[in-house]
Amino acid sequence: MTSPIVEVRSITKVYSLPSGDVVALDNLSLTIEEGEFVAIMGPSGSGKSTLMNQLGCLDVPTKGRLLIAGTDVRTLNDHDLTQLRLNTLGYIFQRYNLIPLLTAYENVEYPYILKHRKQDDTGHVRDLLESVGITRKMARHRPAELSGGQQQRVAIARALVNNPRILICDEPTGNLDTKTGNQIMDMLSDLNKKGNTIIMVTHNPETAKYADRTVIIRDGRIAV
Amino acid sequence: MKIFSDILFTLSARSIRLNMLRSILSALGITIGVIAISAMGMLGANMTSVVSAQMSSMANTMTVTAYTGGSSGGWSPPGMGGGSNDDSYITDKQYDDIYQIASRYGTVYPYYSESDTIYTKNDQKGRATIYGLDKEDMQTVLTVANGTLPRSENDVVVGTTLAGRQDLEVGSRFKIGDEDEQQIKVRVSGILAETGLSSSLRTDNAIVMTDDLYTSFYGGEGKYDQVTILLDNVNDSAVVKNALTSKLNKREDVISVSDSSSMASRVTESISTMVTFMQAIAAISLLVAAVSIFNVMMMSVTERISEIGILRSIGTQKDEVMRMFVYEALIIGLIGSTAGVILSFIAGYIVVALLIGSTAYFFGWNSMMYLPIGMVIGVSICIVTGLYPAWRAANMDPVEALRAE
Repeated sequence: MTSPIVEVRSITKVYSLPSGDVVALDNLSLTIEEGEFVAIMGPSGSGKSTLMNQLGCLDVPTKGRLLIAGTDVRTLNDHDLTQLRLNTLGYIFQRYNLIPLLTAYENVEYPYILKHRKQDDTGHVRDLLESVGITRKMARHRPAELSGGQQQRVAIARALVNNPRILICDEPTGNLDTKTGNQIMDMLSDLNKKGNTIIMVTHNPETAKYADRTVIIRDGRIAV
Repeated sequence: MKIFSDILFTLSARSIRLNMLRSILSALGITIGVIAISAMGMLGANMTSVVSAQMSSMANTMTVTAYTGGSSGGWSPPGMGGGSNDDSYITDKQYDDIYQIASRYGTVYPYYSESDTIYTKNDQKGRATIYGLDKEDMQTVLTVANGTLPRSENDVVVGTTLAGRQDLEVGSRFKIGDEDEQQIKVRVSGILAETGLSSSLRTDNAIVMTDDLYTSFYGGEGKYDQVTILLDNVNDSAVVKNALTSKLNKREDVISVSDSSSMASRVTESISTMVTFMQAIAAISLLVAAVSIFNVMMMSVTERISEIGILRSIGTQKDEVMRMFVYEALIIGLIGSTAGVILSFIAGYIVVALLIGSTAYFFGWNSMMYLPIGMVIGVSICIVTGLYPAWRAANMDPVEALRAE
């Protein structure tokens, strides 16, 4: 059996606030195998967002070991963490988080340029956009000129452009109507079937049904 | 990596385009600052060029006067006649020594001078400086515009300003000396060409007569008021000065030697002090512009916090975010400075033409160099003021930045 793609070994995250320390994650452990589709649920304030930030390498735990694709993120500096985010992880956010100054096409091409240091001349970006249902005409528009569903499709294409090993989805359907949300979930489900590892935070049980496994977080720990 | 195909540069350029008015206003600040600095610099350079050109024609003039103590080394402009003090003069013997030393380096001539009352047509009263010069020296030193140098005993030549004021022409006769004292009648044989400030002997307002006529009227033969040395080579002035003082002032100070090159350098120095002062004032406008750029950059960073969060979360390095904001400052700086340089060229030309009246030196390197200097200063100020906001942006916590609305 291959080693797990994500290995969380008793991590603790403490935020120092003027009013005292806040323990957001408390000695939490979790293992995710390559190709899994995991939903993380929990009430607000439970620490699920903090967990996602750790898994997404936007933040590092105060204590414990967090291995992403075999690398302990606590040993990495900011530069290497950023490289990890660029090459190994793909992000899909609730608020789409496209760059408003760039067109849909450029938004998808952006991480490609960061990684390859050149513009895409292979048609990869165009193909990806087509595969998520964004036509060439739509791709020339800025994010503000697209609907929420279209923006989230562009965001999925952007997350996939550098062939990440893990997709981090933070409430991907939270801002969408049910019908569009289902389309997006079908798309993620397809990607999972093609072998992508997906970690998704949601508080919608319907959305969580798409996952192979649901992890529930409460007070910074995994609730059984 | 080519900057202009750089996606980060694209982002910076688009951010500027999105906030066009704001960016233009801050670029305008830089434009004004660059104009102020460059135009002042060009004005100063042109002023210096014009003045030093005027000065260099008299820089080869050295004057030797009797030592009067006190303000030794102080330079009295040639032709202003140090002869008001009757007790101080250069003797014949001293002149011989001076001639012996200095004649190898150029032309040496002594002269007498006096200030006296004159009566011209219809007994119109006036006052003029009167010089007594050797006939041969007259030929070297004076330039006659009209008429000839003195030929007969009572001939004099007069300066052009005096001639104009007193209505003197070639052939006019007038009297020199006070009414109740001895007077002589002289005839104008020639009008001298205008000398301006740049001559060794300023004759525009003076009467020049032969030394014979002078001494027969005023007496004091062999007691010269001044000896002038016209050097063939300006660089010899120190050598000549040393030789003269070591010979004549061996036991006690009897002569003072001064050269006008030191005055020329003092004038140039005071112009440059003035220009530096004006540029310091101009620098204040650049400081204001810098504050405005800083403000705009901080606004840009604050407005784009969530964008910075996105960029960082999807794998943009800190230094790339930093570069993006520095580019933004750079673009504003380039636009503002380029406009500033173009306008400085125009404004500088107008200011120089109006204030100095001559644009002869405007296109010279000494004046033109203020354009690239202004450009470099303008752009550097933008980059320097953009650095802190860019650094702030780059070092933002991605999680915090993403959370911002």
